[in-house]
Amino acid sequence: MSVINQNKSVYLAEGQELVREPLVLGQPTMRDITARIASIVESKISPKYLLTLAFTLTMAAWGLFALYYTVTTGIGVWGLNNPIGWGWDITNFVFWIGIGHAGTLISAILFLFRQKWRTAINRSAEAMTIFAVICALTMVLTHTGRPWLFYWLLPNPNQMQMWINFRSPLAWDVFAVNTYFAVSALFWFVGLIPDLATLRNYVKSDIAKKIYGVLSLGWTGSTRHWHHYEIAYMILAGISTPLVLSVHSVVSFDFTVGILPGWHTTIFPPYFVAGAIFSGFGMVMTLLVIAREILDLKQFITLKHLDNMNKILLATGMMVGYAYGMELFIAWYSGSDWELWVFINRVMGDYAWAYWTMVLCNVISPQVYWFRKNRRNVPLMFIISIFVNIGMWFERFTIIATTLHHDFLPASWGYYSPTWVEVSIFIGTFGIFLSLFLLFAKFVPVIAIAEIKSIMPGAQPAHHHHEHESAKAGVTAH
Amino acid sequence: MTEAPVGIVGEFTDPNQVTKAAQAIRDAGYRQWDIHTPYPVHGLDKAMGVKRSMLTYISFGGLLFGISNALGIQYWMGAIDYPLNIGGKGFFDWQFSIPIDFELSILGTAIFTVIGLFHLCRLPTWYNRYQDDDSFKKATDDTFVVTIDSDDDRFSAETTQDMLRRLGAKNVHLVTATAN
Repeated sequence: MSVINQNKSVYLAEGQELVREPLVLGQPTMRDITARIASIVESKISPKYLLTLAFTLTMAAWGLFALYYTVTTGIGVWGLNNPIGWGWDITNFVFWIGIGHAGTLISAILFLFRQKWRTAINRSAEAMTIFAVICALTMVLTHTGRPWLFYWLLPNPNQMQMWINFRSPLAWDVFAVNTYFAVSALFWFVGLIPDLATLRNYVKSDIAKKIYGVLSLGWTGSTRHWHHYEIAYMILAGISTPLVLSVHSVVSFDFTVGILPGWHTTIFPPYFVAGAIFSGFGMVMTLLVIAREILDLKQFITLKHLDNMNKILLATGMMVGYAYGMELFIAWYSGSDWELWVFINRVMGDYAWAYWTMVLCNVISPQVYWFRKNRRNVPLMFIISIFVNIGMWFERFTIIATTLHHDFLPASWGYYSPTWVEVSIFIGTFGIFLSLFLLFAKFVPVIAIAEIKSIMPGAQPAHHHHEHESAKAGVTAH
Repeated sequence: MTEAPVGIVGEFTDPNQVTKAAQAIRDAGYRQWDIHTPYPVHGLDKAMGVKRSMLTYISFGGLLFGISNALGIQYWMGAIDYPLNIGGKGFFDWQFSIPIDFELSILGTAIFTVIGLFHLCRLPTWYNRYQDDDSFKKATDDTFVVTIDSDDDRFSAETTQDMLRRLGAKNVHLVTATAN
């Protein structure tokens, strides 16, 4: 008799086994899964959906109007001044690019770690990534002031016969963000192909059949194809993992490579990456809590999934909290008067309200997740996820504004507040993001159908349960 | 106008049974055949005797393509074609080239992987000889569908069907197409 089994018998009755919480509730058959997810595409568009979409499109239109005004008049319409050359534009850029990171984390890193629960949420999180990067690209393009000259950012032979400056982190950023967008989109589409094929065979209307048929590229589910497909998926996951870490590191280089106190620190890359994952999970949580309610996906996105995500929120929230503390410590420990002063100013100066909002939202609020009951409380997690979104926006704002508004020369100190134009653009990016997400939720399988099927009990041949067997073997070996 | 055979179709629903059937069909010497599944069934490719995918080499080629381009453009543009002195920094140094080297390696790998996947799976192919068969359509839902093509050397409308039935396939039937 093994030690483990003896211990088990203390808690469990004879013959009883510890069972993992199921990832899909209600023991649906394969056909149920197909029907449940694919039928969202076929269901009639409800007035509630149209009304919501109209609202988000109005937000987007308002933002686009503000963008139009900015582009035709110039970025003088923003509240930027001297010395504050970066404001909401770059705050929003970092905010949106950070949001995307949770999608890649879920789709790539959790895939490599064989976290089966990711299958219920990876599709929507990846979609969120792509839409968030679109918003980020909008912000970063507009902040250049003359977005029609965007190609000056690329190594493109122009009329001056000059090339871009490869020593500048701003040039690295162009490569990082565009690569991120391209790779995320490819990864997402490759993941979608089998599910689009499922839709092609499921839907009844001819037009829909044609559209999904073309998009699924003629996928048949051939085992010979799955063989290549699984390797492709593994490679894409494998390269997305370092990519997601690199993208926010490069974004943080935009700050760290400069020599300004408050920006010029080595903690920024890991601190930004942790913050990005934290903020992204906050946004995934906001969207999924709503989506599982409206689309009735509680069977697939269970409390266990939400519980796991809340654990990640707690962990990354504390990493971010550690970074805030360490920044202050190093500012003191560095012995640099400038550095120390910038941080004292950050905590107690003109923008102290922003700093403490950030601490409250990012460090204090996730602490409720130490308790399982709170991690499974849906209204509470919705509120906390909103706090996280707000807090992470303020983190970027704090970093940008506090360092810039008091520079080396007291005579040029200033204060920055946004104008209606910047606020409208920010609202507009939310409009674009939410509209795209709504369209996605209606017309694309919101849950990876093939992946969910592959993790169902009994979906795989019995001899292939290596983990199970080795676990048993391990027990008897003791 | 004659009805030409396309192949034989059979349905399975049990992953263990289809894996055993795959081994049996492979051992019987068939080559032009396949099993269509709604999700990747672990070990089925091995049971069918599918050769290891070439895709990893293609992806690695993408990595080399990406990184050599990154180093190439940064060196040639920065140090040869138009050297610009900016803050006394070197015209080219491997240290500052790393972010772009890294990003373009990833981009190259990703693009080559997807193109390689499409090539190896012959995607897009918006036509399949079995596409109108009802059993075949279930392959994206809940059924493992075996197809044995008529152009296989060992194909015979009767014995192949018998074999599939013996292996436990349901709804075994011949698919035909109208040939002119």
